[in-house]
Amino acid sequence: MRKMLAFANRTMKEILRDPLTLAFGLGFPVILLLLLSIIQSNIPVDMFELHHLTPGITVFGLSFMTLFSAQLISKDRTSSLLTRLYTTPLKATDFIFGYLLPIIPLCLAQAVICYVIALILGLPISVNIIWAVLMILVPSFFYIALGLLCGSAMTEKQVGGICGALLTNFSAWLSGIWFDISMLGKVFKAIANVLPFIHAVELERAVVIGDFSAAVPHLIWVLAYGIVLMCIAVFVFLRQMKKQ
Amino acid sequence: MKNAIEIRKLTKDYKDIRAVDGLDLDIREGELFALLGVNGAGKTTTIKMLCCITQPTSGDALLNGKSIASDADEVKKIIAVSPQETAVAPNLSVEENLMLMCGVHGLDKHKAQQKTKEMVEEFKLDRIRSKKASKLSGGWQRRLSIAMALISEPQILFLDEPTLGLDVIARSELWDTIRELKSKMTIILTTHYMEEAEELSDRIGVMRDGHLLAVGTAAELKEKTGEEKFENAFIKLVKGGAV
Repeated sequence: MRKMLAFANRTMKEILRDPLTLAFGLGFPVILLLLLSIIQSNIPVDMFELHHLTPGITVFGLSFMTLFSAQLISKDRTSSLLTRLYTTPLKATDFIFGYLLPIIPLCLAQAVICYVIALILGLPISVNIIWAVLMILVPSFFYIALGLLCGSAMTEKQVGGICGALLTNFSAWLSGIWFDISMLGKVFKAIANVLPFIHAVELERAVVIGDFSAAVPHLIWVLAYGIVLMCIAVFVFLRQMKKQ
Repeated sequence: MKNAIEIRKLTKDYKDIRAVDGLDLDIREGELFALLGVNGAGKTTTIKMLCCITQPTSGDALLNGKSIASDADEVKKIIAVSPQETAVAPNLSVEENLMLMCGVHGLDKHKAQQKTKEMVEEFKLDRIRSKKASKLSGGWQRRLSIAMALISEPQILFLDEPTLGLDVIARSELWDTIRELKSKMTIILTTHYMEEAEELSDRIGVMRDGHLLAVGTAAELKEKTGEEKFENAFIKLVKGGAV
């Protein structure tokens, strides 16, 4: 346990000390929230009401956590530091948890910041917000698994393209954060409904308004994606580790 | 003198290439053994197998009696590696890098702080202890890299091209550090610099195409080849095959 925590501590420091983490991971979602709230105050749009917008922005912010963890893992894979660490008593499970665990508090911190900003902007105070912050752990699990998978399977350059561009766009356009997904037609809506992004947003939205029964099917959908993806990610990580 | 490393018929195949071919070698306890060879000779693959990073295709090696093939976890407890490139966490300070190594070797906080303090003093890292590793010069990064390897008090230390790319002064300083480590532990050094091998090692092994061509002291190898300069002896060995 101590060995894993030492490695996890290093992962956390490497991510937090990258200025891009603060700028994109924590700053960008806040800026989006502020900008869209300003638009909402001038031209009222249902989608941009705080109880509707904040859960979406919070989930969108998680795609940056995937990017940061995937970048660190792929970069480590080519570094001599990992070669050195492979010769220490660290086990495969220590590496996996050492990469995954530090992302959880970052996801929670990001959710707390988004909801605090939303409260300042006028989101009514409610105990549901605490549940919404805690419930972010479910989509976080999916995004963290995706980070491990991409970091294990791709090069640093590929991670930048796939996670930095493709995932953030998927997360933005297939999640119904900014517009009603049915506006794009039946095919697009069907694709979006199969993927977990829209369910992650709807899960948070349901929790924020206290409609927990509506949250359950979305929770199951996102969790199932998370579990399957985590199994694949661990398999790929172990395979890469053996290969190296 | 007892053998620290006993290598028997160690072989590694990568698809169609045999990187190391039936290597047999004994390295004595407390010895500084240099492994020389041109690129692709099999030095790094040998080191990787001895460090349990790569599994041998066949054969085995005993490191202080522990098998790399069947007892890798035990081997990892007694070895340390300073890899070819500088293996430090770039965004961590010098002190944090040392604490990281203490942590991954299971030292508790008190012992980790004590050990870190010792290494900072021993390697004269005091004035840069709070500096990020990425901000250090190449020489200081290598010095930190070796200090990190020594945190676990290894019985066997692998130094893979420790002075590659360093300037003359940084190299000379690192040589002093390596000299100080001699006899405290068994050291296996790979290098491309002939003068480094001659200056630092007790014995030298020359590899080519996965085979060990010759083993001996620098003086013995010069005598065997009839050359006055060690570099010429090395060239003769590699070009001419086994002596």
